[in-house]
Amino acid sequence: MARRHKAQVDGATGVPAALLIPAALAVVFLVLPLIALLVRAPWSTLGSLLSTPEVRDALRLSIVSASLATLISLVLGVPLAWVLARSQIRGRGVLRALVTVPLVLPPVVGGVALLLAFGRTGVLGAPLYDATGVSFPFTTTAVVLAQTFVAMPFLVISVEGALRAADRRYEDAAATLGAGRAMTFRRVTLPLVAPGVAAGAVLCWARALGEFGATITFAGNFPGTTRTMTLQVYLALETDPDAAIALSLVLLAVSILTLGLLRDRWLVRQ
Amino acid sequence: MSLSAHIVIQRGALPVDVTFEVQPGEVLAVLGPNGAGKSTVLRVLAGLARPHFGQVRLDGTTLDDPAAGIRLPPHRRPIGMVFQDHLLFPHLSTVDNVAFGLRARGASRESARAVAAGWVARMNLSDHSSSKPRSLSGGQAQRIALARALAGDPRLLLLDEPLSALDARTKLDVRADLRHHLADYAGATVLVTHDPVDAMALADQLVVVERGRVVQVGTPVDVSRRPRTDYVARLVGLSLLAGMAQGRSVVLDSGATVQVAEASSGPVFVAIRPAAVGLYRSRPDGSPRNVWPATVAGVTPYGETLRVDLDGQVPLTADVTPEAAAELDLVLGAGVWASVKASEVAAYPA
Repeated sequence: MARRHKAQVDGATGVPAALLIPAALAVVFLVLPLIALLVRAPWSTLGSLLSTPEVRDALRLSIVSASLATLISLVLGVPLAWVLARSQIRGRGVLRALVTVPLVLPPVVGGVALLLAFGRTGVLGAPLYDATGVSFPFTTTAVVLAQTFVAMPFLVISVEGALRAADRRYEDAAATLGAGRAMTFRRVTLPLVAPGVAAGAVLCWARALGEFGATITFAGNFPGTTRTMTLQVYLALETDPDAAIALSLVLLAVSILTLGLLRDRWLVRQ
Repeated sequence: MSLSAHIVIQRGALPVDVTFEVQPGEVLAVLGPNGAGKSTVLRVLAGLARPHFGQVRLDGTTLDDPAAGIRLPPHRRPIGMVFQDHLLFPHLSTVDNVAFGLRARGASRESARAVAAGWVARMNLSDHSSSKPRSLSGGQAQRIALARALAGDPRLLLLDEPLSALDARTKLDVRADLRHHLADYAGATVLVTHDPVDAMALADQLVVVERGRVVQVGTPVDVSRRPRTDYVARLVGLSLLAGMAQGRSVVLDSGATVQVAEASSGPVFVAIRPAAVGLYRSRPDGSPRNVWPATVAGVTPYGETLRVDLDGQVPLTADVTPEAAAELDLVLGAGVWASVKASEVAAYPA
């Protein structure tokens, strides 16, 4: 089988020319913009560009809100993943489809939807505002909600996959040793799927950090409270391109770090 | 104070319906071919599978009774179970694996660890207390799995093919070791295996299950001397023949007659050991009263001898030395004479 395939491909690379050219074009297309970013970066003034109060505020807001969004996603998403992977409830397929909608939904639409749900006149926001005077839109809370909305599905899908792949007989073994379902989940299931949870959390955090569309729609663009890194980049591009490039470099570094953390799961998998 | 079980459950297309009892301190082996429903029975006893019908009672407590709506969940049963491939928790150290059941049943971290350390020491694995299961050999993992099952002081111990994951060399040691630990254990033990040697070596009572049914019950000696199905006979290396006894003659279903040691009457089984069968190129004269023509249907190495399957009116298995096989020219389809002394033939009521 392997020999027959080899006969159809060229020499040492093992890639037919018909595939090699488009593949090379794809690599150039994907990598060239990143190289441009590095080439055009204002390396000499990088330090001062990144130390302005606006940038530091945006960076802190991004990190804090993405971390909070990840935390919420873990607390709510892991149990949801368990329900999707293990429970016998009816309509599980529909539930999974609904949960993954934010993955494919344009983030701006997500922002509009969040506004309609949690806005001051929203289906949930209006009674909440009437009762307590609390309003989410255009606050840091809204930033966190927007990021959680778009990022949680990444965590849920990752953890659900890990739960499905885990050997359930370990849970049987735990049961015969006297462990109830809660203890089995805590001491056996969760440790067994920990790599999946960690990968999901990293992915979720990276997605939350990069959030733009839902945030600007639902949370607005107020310095210090809702202007995250991505919004700052967009704004700076109009007024101070060098600052935009510097901020972009920071986000690129974070992305590469994320890939590094996921390395074992995705990059080396054959 | 014992286990009594009547278990009815569907296993895929196979209806399983078995009944047995085990006394405290007794080891019962459920022996049968793969796919006979043995492991399903064990899973019911553990509470991991629901029987459709029947009743499981342990020391007067009902664990399962579907008709009465009773089903004790697995974690409330006073059991310990050793799984086929051990299933030691990969993220916990050896000692924490053993301590797991104690912690689950309410012991404090310190006391659970102390008891677990004692069990690890008893298994001569104290050097491996803090290592993860993946660094243990198959035999060591088996011992830790046994320690984990026994540490919670269960009243019922369940062993699912406990030796099948081990290589032949390790198996001998671990089997002897397991026998020793089972002798010390005061509760009832149910062992599931497809290996007759494990069953014979470890069990006080055998229940032979084929296609979801119990086909024979008895002590290992009883079952190995007097098999009641071809499967059991093959397992213990006997040829099994069915027929009608009239005094010291048994007329087989094929019409052939077998002379036996003791007189009886009515339907009987006749069991013949392969070593008791003599093979000749021409019809032998003299004392043997059972002489039948046969053709060679197969020759396979068996230890230091060759095991010869014979077709004919009396299907038999014979053990011969390689020298004798060469002399007799035992090729497939060769015609030979088989003889057995009447004193070597056991007949018992069917």
